Amino acid sequence: MTAVADWLGAACLLAGALLGLAAGIGVLRFPDVLDRMHAATKPQVLGVLLLLLGLALRLRTPADLGMIALVGVFQLATAPVAAQMVGRAAYRSGRVNRALLDTDELADR
Amino acid sequence: MTGDPAARNGAGRNDGSPHPAPGRGGRRRDQAIALGWLVLIWLLLWGDLSWGNLLGGLVVGVAVLVFFPLPPVTFGGRLRLGALLVLVATFAAELVSASVRVAGLAVRPGCRPRSAIVAVRLRVRTDLNLALTAEVISLVPGTLILEVDRDQGVLYVHVFDVRDPEDLAESRNRILTVERRIVRAIGSADEVRQLQTESVDRRSHP
Repeated sequence: MTAVADWLGAACLLAGALLGLAAGIGVLRFPDVLDRMHAATKPQVLGVLLLLLGLALRLRTPADLGMIALVGVFQLATAPVAAQMVGRAAYRSGRVNRALLDTDELADR
Repeated sequence: MTGDPAARNGAGRNDGSPHPAPGRGGRRRDQAIALGWLVLIWLLLWGDLSWGNLLGGLVVGVAVLVFFPLPPVTFGGRLRLGALLVLVATFAAELVSASVRVAGLAVRPGCRPRSAIVAVRLRVRTDLNLALTAEVISLVPGTLILEVDRDQGVLYVHVFDVRDPEDLAESRNRILTVERRIVRAIGSADEVRQLQTESVDRRSHP
């Protein structure tokens, strides 16, 4: 039983690390701030959640599980807000490459 | 201007828009619920349940509520367990597919994705619904919240990796679907009805 949990935990840790790596590559490679924010939210959040799940499967003590749950919840709640703040600041200060936008319905507000 | 502090919190939004000004008792109840959550977080942070931790949590919670007051967000709906399960399950599935897609785009060589910014008007304009919908669509495929017009209930959304106009229409529909799932899970009966009556004529840009 514990061996299964350990292996599952290891798999989760590995998958989370890979997603984190892909998110980093995306932040580096995408052409625009707003595109980079996509990389900084989705794969990054899932990567952290998988790392936490892996940790939970390895540690298995109630105190650690509570802390892990808290980290997960706050990650889910704050990552989109942070991305929105960065994106909004970039848009308002004109640091968005309009050549990459097909339509912009925020412009005619 | 009315003298009731709870009504003043919703200043300028009492024009029939769906921001119900909670009474004094409702505000107290909201604060009690918030205090409960804060104490729970405090206990989880310390990792064990003891009288000292409980007392410390209460002190810190009250301090947070007194020194950092937030606009009241009243939970007016009710939880529907089945719809909530649908919401959580589809959210998890979409988070995974979004992550895999963005990660795939990140490592694909020579990829120059195009994108767009669209405005989507939500049907239920409560703060809670706006905030939850914005959070969820930032974590599902292709969309990221960029700007919120709270009074109009409009979300400005950045859509990633657009190939043709159909992609845009599809993203718009997906956002409204997210909203519908959220309202079905936690909205009041009124809000659910609002979804049904307005789902027909909300195709075009506001």
